[in-house]
Amino acid sequence: MNTYLNTGIELAYLIAAALFILGLKKLGSPATARKGNFLAAVGMLIAIVATLLNQSVLNYEWILVGMIAGSLIGAIAAKKVAMTDMPQMVGIFNGVGGAASALVAVGEFWRVLTTTGTVPLDATFIAILGVLIGGVTLTGSLLAFAKLQGLVTGSPVTFPFQQPFNFLLLASFLTGSVYLLIKPDPAVFLTLTAISLLFGALFVLPIGGGDMPVVVSLLNSFSGLAAGAVGFILYNNMLIVAGALVGASGLILTQIMCKAMNRPLTNVLFGAFGGDSVAVGGSGGTEIDKTYRSIDSEEGAMMLGYARSVVIVPGYGMAVAQAQHGVRELASQLEKMGVDVKYAIHPVAGRMPGHMNVLLAEANVSYDRLYDMDDINTEFDRVDVALVIGANDVVNPAARNDNASPIYGMPILDVDKANRAIVIKRSMRTGFAGVDNELFYKDKTTMLFGSAQDIVSQLVSEVKQL
Amino acid sequence: MEAGLLTGLVVFVLASFVGFEVINKVPPTLHTPLMSGANAISGIAVVGALLITGTKDWNLVTILGFIAVILATVNVVGGFLVTDRMLQMFKKKEAS
Repeated sequence: MNTYLNTGIELAYLIAAALFILGLKKLGSPATARKGNFLAAVGMLIAIVATLLNQSVLNYEWILVGMIAGSLIGAIAAKKVAMTDMPQMVGIFNGVGGAASALVAVGEFWRVLTTTGTVPLDATFIAILGVLIGGVTLTGSLLAFAKLQGLVTGSPVTFPFQQPFNFLLLASFLTGSVYLLIKPDPAVFLTLTAISLLFGALFVLPIGGGDMPVVVSLLNSFSGLAAGAVGFILYNNMLIVAGALVGASGLILTQIMCKAMNRPLTNVLFGAFGGDSVAVGGSGGTEIDKTYRSIDSEEGAMMLGYARSVVIVPGYGMAVAQAQHGVRELASQLEKMGVDVKYAIHPVAGRMPGHMNVLLAEANVSYDRLYDMDDINTEFDRVDVALVIGANDVVNPAARNDNASPIYGMPILDVDKANRAIVIKRSMRTGFAGVDNELFYKDKTTMLFGSAQDIVSQLVSEVKQL
Repeated sequence: MEAGLLTGLVVFVLASFVGFEVINKVPPTLHTPLMSGANAISGIAVVGALLITGTKDWNLVTILGFIAVILATVNVVGGFLVTDRMLQMFKKKEAS
């Protein structure tokens, strides 16, 4: 009976792992994505039920209490969160996932140590790894959350002797690990846990708020690896598969974001952006005539209404102002007048990869209207008006032609190739990278100053009157 | 013991390749839901949490496990629900 049951559990795990892969695969296409997510959830349910059938699991009451509490918190959080806050949400979920993995690693180490008096070398090694990855994921995610949420300053934080301190910490972690491998001592293990938690905070502290999405994406990868480590600890292949899948996906997304910003990952993590590199760009740039033309929304509406084709370039500024619903209204108003409207989405528009797509989807914009950078860039020279809303660095031509600029080499949307450009912006202030944007000073560019939400709703009513 | 570790490594490496292959082709539109969906899957640590909470008598291990069960369930349930909420919005609308 027992062996049958165990075989059954193992088979159920296999099905769960297969469902995870299938689910991720289906998440890759808009038409099947929802089903993919559902399949992965079913896989998770199967895995949990199978685990509960395990004969060593007896503590049902408390497990039930824990799962109900967790489900309630998770469901409420998922229901309440605003779509603009998605990066924070993913960040905090990463954190709790990492924490769970670290706790399991600590618990299992403790259990083996107290029941057998000693811990095998390989088990200790994996436990250290699990605690390290899980701990870093936890505190790193919490700090990333705090930075994104504005609870902690978004600018990179550095303190004197930071490098030597980090190095010292790393050295003591390694020494402690070696000691623990030789002699499993609970006190040393706890110290290592504490250092891991400290590592997570120190790792995120010197990274600027603008780079937090990259960090969240990387921590997503870590949370997968932490779950994988738990799999190694418990000799559970399904956990290892799931962990590896998440680890790989987080890594790919991190790479996509770094590529879109044209910065290697090491630069994001270790080079506090906005420091010395900007000073170079400020002095080395070509002198441009700093006069710009500003118009009011009535004039803007006329330019848009009588254009044949309009490309809307939304940036995070639009999302912060919650202007996406107004933008959609403007677009459908223009379409009624026979204007061809498209949206150009930069890979890092918004606060995480694909974030802008979610925000526009929330505002009921059909996803086939959204064009990726590579697809739309070939079309800009045939576009009558490009409407830039709350985007700055991603449309800065300096990235293409000023090799002294700190953002040189970053792929951008070629808004300057359109016949006219209208830029909706609060003021002439620079974007996240701290560089001036020559697009704003071009003859064919006109500025529309004000908050995105006000301007867009003004444009909507003006266009209606045309 | 060592055989178990080796098998684990084999599984890990192969699954990583599968992950890279499957996810590489995802269009940018879906990156955010993908990240949050993958995040929910990383809540699979709940299985480990359940296993160490399992014993009937209370001790440090079960307490740690109990906290881990709560946290991992938040990750799983919240992750899948929020992903679904996002994907619900991704519908093809008729051009007006």
